[in-house]
Amino acid sequence: MATKSLHKLGSDLAQSNKQLKILSNGIFKNGELPTFKNKISESGQFPLRAKKLEILQINVGYMCNQVCDHCHVDAGPDRKEIMTRDTMKQCLELIKKSEAHTLDLTGGAPEMNPDFRWFVEEAAKVGIKDFIVRSNLTIIRANKKYYNLPDFFKKHNIHVVSSMPHWTKGKTDKQRGSGVFDKSIKALQDLNAVGYGMPGSHLKLDLVYNPSGAFLPGNQAAMEKDFKKALLEDFNIQFHNLFAITNLPIARFLDYLIASDNYEDYMYSLVEAYNPAAVSNLMCKNTLSISWDGYLFDCDFNQMLELPVNSKSKHVSEFNQELLEGRNIVISQHCYGCTAGAGSSCQGNLIPAKAGIS
Amino acid sequence: MQKTYYDPADLRKFGKISEWNEELGSKFFEYYNSVFKEGKLSEREKSLIALAVAHTIQCPYCIDAYTGDGLQRGITKEEMMESLHVASAIRGGASLVHGVQMMNKVNKLDG
Repeated sequence: MATKSLHKLGSDLAQSNKQLKILSNGIFKNGELPTFKNKISESGQFPLRAKKLEILQINVGYMCNQVCDHCHVDAGPDRKEIMTRDTMKQCLELIKKSEAHTLDLTGGAPEMNPDFRWFVEEAAKVGIKDFIVRSNLTIIRANKKYYNLPDFFKKHNIHVVSSMPHWTKGKTDKQRGSGVFDKSIKALQDLNAVGYGMPGSHLKLDLVYNPSGAFLPGNQAAMEKDFKKALLEDFNIQFHNLFAITNLPIARFLDYLIASDNYEDYMYSLVEAYNPAAVSNLMCKNTLSISWDGYLFDCDFNQMLELPVNSKSKHVSEFNQELLEGRNIVISQHCYGCTAGAGSSCQGNLIPAKAGIS
Repeated sequence: MQKTYYDPADLRKFGKISEWNEELGSKFFEYYNSVFKEGKLSEREKSLIALAVAHTIQCPYCIDAYTGDGLQRGITKEEMMESLHVASAIRGGASLVHGVQMMNKVNKLDG
């Protein structure tokens, strides 16, 4: 189990250019596997173009109380990149100007940003339709000052999306650290107690499942059924939807794939599971990702790979929706993670899963 | 020419079997995919049966495939191991139950 970020360890893979080099060399350079660009060109889907902006995903900092094995952000307690209140103010202006219907706060653990609550209060006033906070759950139980987060979320009608890799302690702790499962269970019970996740409740509580190792997520609907049954029977916990998300081969997950000699097999799995029908629904087409320092990206993964938007509007201070719509999306081989099987996005599958074993 | 009978990379080429007999290959895979769809048994249950059978017939490709499939479905390693013990018990039992035949023969010849 990791205790420090790749950045803190001074690992080569902390550098985005090194990651991009790995993703472009080897099996993709020698032609064994097609590059993502060639693959989407086969069905005439290159270049990918952004459509109307619908989702604003703001990463308010890479600091986190956990150091998960699979983390694409390389987040951890040692990461100091935190969005300032000034940048948040610029984001608020952008939220007001944009026509996006969803605001999605992520991190790191977004709650660890010292201005998190101020930002949520201000952003909630804008009246966005769906206001998501991605919570790792354990933060709610990490320190007394966070214990009242469920009430705070409720007050501002926040849609809580939480990570939960499995309904068993062993698999959860293996991926996310010792003690994470017990704390997550307690946090989910706390959220249920104020009304989150209950049947018919307007307080939305969704869970994110991503595999604990070098394999793709299974059928989202079947996983949701298993999660609901186990969490209800074992802990009397309820939630609304499960989002099955594929691990993308970047940052710590890429490091894990290489160290465990699974990289090539995993890339083969992604390419074999490529589903052209998922391409038209890719989240990068209707999402804008904003980094802690205000730069704009096509998605959170491109943010971590330091691949900025291909547009003159590159920073929150110079946001221009017209310039951004229709931009060419920046791609590399990591994008295969979003087109595998039923497709993957921060909102789970992109299309209904195909039945049967492929 | 490879020096071993099994190469893990060959599993990826399974679909190419149809290239040398499109009609039968297609029929097989159509049947195969139908078998594993949810019916009276869930896809999850079928995956565990497949894993146990894979060990019984000692097919390395199938073991790789259905271990991966189980992980994708959220099946735990404890559940996988339990299914293998079912296979093992039946396989061991199949040997031992023939002991009745041995006992019958001994009783007839030397009883």
